[in-house]
Amino acid sequence: MEPIVSVRGLTKSFGPVAVLQGVDFEILPSKVSVVIGPSGSGKSTLLRCCNGLEIADGGTIRICGRTLVEQGRLLPDAELNALRRQVGMVFQSFNLFPHLSVLGNVTIAPRKLLGLSRVEADTRARALLDKVGLAHKADAYPATLSGGQKQRVAIARALAMQPQVMLFDEPTSALDPELVGEVLQVMQALADEGMTMMVVTHEMGFARKVADMVAVMDHGVVLESGPPAQIFDDPRHPRTREFLQAVTKRG
Amino acid sequence: MDLDFSPVWDGWRDLAHGALITIEVTVGAILLGCLIGLAIGLGRLDPRRRLVYGLSTAYVSVIRGTPLLVQLFIWFFGLPHFGINFPAFFCGIVGMGIYSGAYVSEIVRGAIQSVDRGQMEAARSLSMPYRTAMREIVVPQALVRMIPPLGNEFIALIKNSSLVSLLTIADLMHEGQKIISTSYRSLEVYLAIALVYFVLTNLTGLGLRLIERRLGAGGLV
Repeated sequence: MEPIVSVRGLTKSFGPVAVLQGVDFEILPSKVSVVIGPSGSGKSTLLRCCNGLEIADGGTIRICGRTLVEQGRLLPDAELNALRRQVGMVFQSFNLFPHLSVLGNVTIAPRKLLGLSRVEADTRARALLDKVGLAHKADAYPATLSGGQKQRVAIARALAMQPQVMLFDEPTSALDPELVGEVLQVMQALADEGMTMMVVTHEMGFARKVADMVAVMDHGVVLESGPPAQIFDDPRHPRTREFLQAVTKRG
Repeated sequence: MDLDFSPVWDGWRDLAHGALITIEVTVGAILLGCLIGLAIGLGRLDPRRRLVYGLSTAYVSVIRGTPLLVQLFIWFFGLPHFGINFPAFFCGIVGMGIYSGAYVSEIVRGAIQSVDRGQMEAARSLSMPYRTAMREIVVPQALVRMIPPLGNEFIALIKNSSLVSLLTIADLMHEGQKIISTSYRSLEVYLAIALVYFVLTNLTGLGLRLIERRLGAGGLV
């Protein structure tokens, strides 16, 4: 099976700090790949490189058969935008547009970029809001929503562009504990429908239950990757064991 | 101390007409200043676009770094040396608009840069081109934050517009001085026109506060 996203030898530094030091990573169609690892291990940077929000210094990323970045050169803007249509992104801090209603948030990109009419875009948006359980909030403004509701709107907003793959950057890390479940539920439903997903998270329960593949990152490299059962029950790398112990102790 | 306001009452029509001219010049300058300010402010967002950034920065440093009165005099008294004769009214509006544009551009730049970086990232990740993201997402949010500092700028401009009286424009200040030159009641006349400026500036402040509140209620903050 041809991978939808294929990362090879990716390196990235912020000043003197080498955040990614040669990462290889792959997402297969309709699979959920979860990236775990301690803070500062480079997992969010890896994810942000995958839609060009960060420009990798070295290595390549191929998405849907096209080269997003190669040897530190990003695609030119027009092609980058075309490629980004295939890649939905959900942020830790939601980044909803506060000056637009929930419906406005979900419809703006399809209307402005796909040329959908207001009616078409509204119909699509309402179906998606229904799917994330927020049909009744269509006319509300983001400021009036809870964190969990905001993140579900953000998921609907990304889905409205009908992407091939969805990237989740710690989607539940900014949420109160009691709101985490509703977001994970939506993500699981999405996975069950066969959406291709890459998820950076600290939710080990979600990783174990939903992931097809788990990658453990530390200090800018992938320590090991494999099916969740293998990673969680029989980790090979001592640093993986340390990390998992620290995380489960906390829980 | 004897105060005699009768020259003010007698000349109220001229003063009212002068106030109207003051309003016209100021409104024209505000509109022009906002257009220029938006363009220059956007031009100063990205230092990597060297030409645009350099020209915009030069504009701000030259215009903000020299007195408004000198700039107005160059427009009105200086340009005729090159055979360029603009009407006084035109010089007043353009001179003040160009001056104000430098200040507005800093307001625009500050407001845009205060919008959370995540907004631009979210827009770009939805495949929006930079310009679309600016127009649809960042600038609308920045506009609301511009209102309080723009209020300051508009108020300063109303008051600075008294300088155009020196270009032979018959604004409020000019009409006041005409009355003084025949009545010699300078304190009374200056108090009267000060009151008119006071009313104009405070109405402007009030109006902007109302707009701000409306936008806030509409979720635009």
